[in-house]
Amino acid sequence: MFKYLPPRSLISSPLPPKRNFPFTPLQKKKSLLPLLSHFIFLYPAHASYISNFGHINIGNMANLSVKLCGARMKSPLVLASGIRSNNAALLIRAGEEGAGAATSKSCSLIAREGHKNPSAIEYDSYMINAIGLSNPGVEIEKKEIAYAVKNAKIPIIASVYENSPQNFAKVVKIISEAKPAIIELDASCPNVHQEGKMFSSSCEGASEVIKAVKRQVKNIPVSIKLSPNVPNIGEIAKESQRAGADCITAINTIPAMMIDVYARAPALSNKYGGLSGPAIFPAALRCVNEIRNSCTLPIIGGGGVGSGEDAAAMLMAGANAVSVGTALWKNPNAFRDINLGLENYMKKMNFEKISDIKMK
Amino acid sequence: MGHIIAKVEKNEQETAQVSLLTFNISIPAKPGQFVMAWLPGAEEKPMSIANASPLQIAIADAGQASKKMAEMKKGETLFIRGPYGKPFSPKGKNWLMVGGGYGFAPLRFLAKEGIKKGANIQSIIGARSKKFLMQEAPGKNYFTTDDGSAGEKGNVMAALEPLLKKGKFDCICCCGPEKMMRAVALLAKKMKIPCQLSVERYMKCGFGICGHCAMGGWLSCIDGPTIEGEEALKNPHFGTLACDRAGKHVKL
Repeated sequence: MFKYLPPRSLISSPLPPKRNFPFTPLQKKKSLLPLLSHFIFLYPAHASYISNFGHINIGNMANLSVKLCGARMKSPLVLASGIRSNNAALLIRAGEEGAGAATSKSCSLIAREGHKNPSAIEYDSYMINAIGLSNPGVEIEKKEIAYAVKNAKIPIIASVYENSPQNFAKVVKIISEAKPAIIELDASCPNVHQEGKMFSSSCEGASEVIKAVKRQVKNIPVSIKLSPNVPNIGEIAKESQRAGADCITAINTIPAMMIDVYARAPALSNKYGGLSGPAIFPAALRCVNEIRNSCTLPIIGGGGVGSGEDAAAMLMAGANAVSVGTALWKNPNAFRDINLGLENYMKKMNFEKISDIKMK
Repeated sequence: MGHIIAKVEKNEQETAQVSLLTFNISIPAKPGQFVMAWLPGAEEKPMSIANASPLQIAIADAGQASKKMAEMKKGETLFIRGPYGKPFSPKGKNWLMVGGGYGFAPLRFLAKEGIKKGANIQSIIGARSKKFLMQEAPGKNYFTTDDGSAGEKGNVMAALEPLLKKGKFDCICCCGPEKMMRAVALLAKKMKIPCQLSVERYMKCGFGICGHCAMGGWLSCIDGPTIEGEEALKNPHFGTLACDRAGKHVKL
């Protein structure tokens, strides 16, 4: 499909440049070994090539690092909120697996058990869940985040939710003591002040919650996570910027339902849930692109990203970082593989850095 | 994917606490794996697999949902998804099964599969008293009860220590209360015998997404439920802490 263009470091290096990169995302199981043995076989006398191997083939050309709201990330991939993020050890693990940043599971002022099982079910190309925002409460979560901030080698994004702007401000104030790199507002929960409508379903709702939160924290960037279930996500993002948001996270899961026809009942105990996984990827791309066209804030874009090409598309749509969540269900090594895929893509396209990934 | 339908063929009362349900389907499961079982109207629960072909599940009437499942009659339908998790992978030829309470169910499945492959199997089955003792597995069986109403008096350790001194075992597979597994893992480490445990945690999704079954950075649903004894002993939460439904750490 693509004509192979040798990365510049290969041209200037003493190695012959014409060589197809032997590991593509499709061949991920073969990993680095065939490449390494290939080199050993072809260049037995030049042991230094082998010690230089990482430098020549991976490190040098495709630079995956990005900066998001002042935080340095080794990769644009972000662990999405609510996915394997219940405690500090899991956030640290995401970093070890290749994530450039990790978002904690949303917490609220008081502990919440969430919905009863079945609360998450997988199908061929999507997952539907209604975990129900279970969390141990902000005071416990604060300690987990403080520990992760100190011990993870990646920026930690703390996610919070509440049911009113005042409570949002309270929960943000407490979580800010843990000094996360970014605070993310899960604004897709119902606002008791607006007859239970989502904060992120209207410009007023988003603006109200951001203003309340920004009065509380001045020194930590605040991102608002937007729901795709609106006709005007761009306008809401624009209004969020006006209200003082520092970043936009999009998209949240798509409202959905699944029915088990043999049980003749909703498949989730909560009846309704959120849709995620490969099926929602194109919808997410459009939302992120609409946001990019209407505001200048950095965007953490996600929704169904499962490969290096998906991540590249998300970046082209306008995201500055790419969140990954449901992909971990089919591929526990998703971070490593998406990073590799993205790197391969960048090499094929002769891109040196993430900001080179743009539409024509 | 989603749920598949399993109809109850037989419901046997195995112990005072455990019902052994046999279903009309077979699933491609290995010993140590689990399924998520759902009775519409009640909660969905992770259940270890007691046999794959035909599917059998040993259900202890612990909670409300399990109680309803345990009372299912022939012809009734249970909704299943899975199998999930990492199966047992015992080493060598001489295996020792150590099961406490209903934790013996997956080990009996492992013993059946092991016998087919030519392994020599001995099992220690422990329980509070005679009426809670699980049925024996193929191979040689030893029983222990806390009150001495059957087999040796004491917990599984009472039978395990002398057995390990006497015989040679290539590996120990263990499932039961976490404190018991901890004691078994410590002894196995001391005796330098490879040991695998099956660690149970409260689960929501079952496939590595929700993070509820975390024991520190280790996820029971995809990294486990089986775990090497030494790895478990290195985990500060093993045998001490688990997450409740909200995700708060509580003492076991």
